[in-house]
Amino acid sequence: MNRTALTPTETWALPLAGLATLLVAWTAIASSGLVPSQFLPTPLAVAQRFAELTTKPFAGYTIQQHLLSSVGRYLMGFGLAAVIGVPLGLMMGWYRWLDDIVSPLFEAIRFVAPIAWVPFAALWFGTGIGGPTLIIFMGAFPPALINAYRGARFVEPRYIEAAQTLGAGSFRVITQVLLPASVPSIVAGLRISAGLGWQSLVGAELIVASSGIGYLLVKGQSSISTATVMSGMIAIGVVGFAIDAILRRVEAMIHARQGR
Amino acid sequence: MSEIVFSGVKRMFRRNGQDVPALDGIDLTVHEREFVAIVGPSGCGKTTCLRMVAGLEFPSEGEVKVGGAAVRAPGPDRAVVFQQFALFPWKTVAENIEFGLKSKGVANGARRDTVVRFVELMGLQGYEGAFPHQLSGGMQQRVAIARAYALDPAVLLMDEPFGALDAQTRTVMQEELVRLARRNPRTVLFITHAVEEAVYLADRVVVMTRRPGRIREIIDVGTIRRAENWDRFERIEEVMDQASFVHLRTHIWKRLRTDLQEET
Repeated sequence: MNRTALTPTETWALPLAGLATLLVAWTAIASSGLVPSQFLPTPLAVAQRFAELTTKPFAGYTIQQHLLSSVGRYLMGFGLAAVIGVPLGLMMGWYRWLDDIVSPLFEAIRFVAPIAWVPFAALWFGTGIGGPTLIIFMGAFPPALINAYRGARFVEPRYIEAAQTLGAGSFRVITQVLLPASVPSIVAGLRISAGLGWQSLVGAELIVASSGIGYLLVKGQSSISTATVMSGMIAIGVVGFAIDAILRRVEAMIHARQGR
Repeated sequence: MSEIVFSGVKRMFRRNGQDVPALDGIDLTVHEREFVAIVGPSGCGKTTCLRMVAGLEFPSEGEVKVGGAAVRAPGPDRAVVFQQFALFPWKTVAENIEFGLKSKGVANGARRDTVVRFVELMGLQGYEGAFPHQLSGGMQQRVAIARAYALDPAVLLMDEPFGALDAQTRTVMQEELVRLARRNPRTVLFITHAVEEAVYLADRVVVMTRRPGRIREIIDVGTIRRAENWDRFERIEEVMDQASFVHLRTHIWKRLRTDLQEET
């Protein structure tokens, strides 16, 4: 391993170099005539198509509207996963009996990939908001729960003992000790949740949705518009990156506040 | 009623698949408002004694009673000051001090008054909003003591509370604890491996042997303290200069050393 520290210039220049290499190679192949432009448009053509999608509706909506619809479902699914997963994980870390009840079920369910929930979700909740939300939830829930659980299990016993000798009951131990002590682990888990949720969302929308960025991809494919498909993929990548960047900021802020 | 009674206490530990006694035949009564220090070599089980009073561990045989009732669980009537302070790092100084009061359901106003009083008493003014990691070791331990005292517990359990402090800070804290303890007497069980500290602070000093921990001797320091009127001195080094103090210290040292020599 040779991972020495980078100079400030290198930290921004190297990623740019990577991007530039990709674009140059892409342009070279696309304009060489080896691949029909219908299947591999040039970067410029994709950029033009992207711009077009922001003003002209495709599959019923502009690309912003598709994104908005996706983000709405995403926030529902991810929010539910966090709101249920984190408290449940903390409580499993505290109550042995709850751990014994939930763990086997959870271990079985979490190996059903989010995409495998698609048929069930469509049958039960339809293609509006319910179906995709369930699929996103199934993607985002396991890391939210597992990290809260691990966080709670590995809290230094002295903090729990201190709280108990100061008269704290289970509720106060969970909310005042396990939760704050596990915050770094919980936030790390939510970052993974957010990423998996976003990935599951697009998978879900490919199949069970009538709007959204995944839906745009499918429609782009059926109208054999590679530029549309690629525009959608770029939008997915950028939004996913933005979500992770926001959570990384949150994580850094929490670490700074706790001073450790 | 806050008398602590150990009767026939034995505590086994599992080591390499075998049950090894850590404590054996402990019979000890800490009277109401008495300050008892336990000294002994590391691994003699003195911390285990304290944890059994706190309700964090339980005897394998025998019984530990506080105020006539067997200890079953931790509770705010027996506040603990831990060696590593165990302040909540995510809470400010004021929030740490009021933690126990909140658990007890003390009303807002009364809680704030208590916090203010202990902040002043322990010289923590200006640090109410600071987080523990922003404080020195000595300041952190003041917060821990304030947090325990704020509950107005009948029993105070201190597990080498000054063990992690530097020598100067330690001296200051010992003097403060003496003032606090004389003004505001509690039933105190104090664990330490520092002989001087035990003699300076306690009414009685319990000397323990190493593995399995047994009580070797109990020394009545209080009688001598009162007879020699140590409390007229402000500073610990003045007390430590007294012939009576030196005599006691040497006596306890000899008892401890016998044990160490038997060991090697």
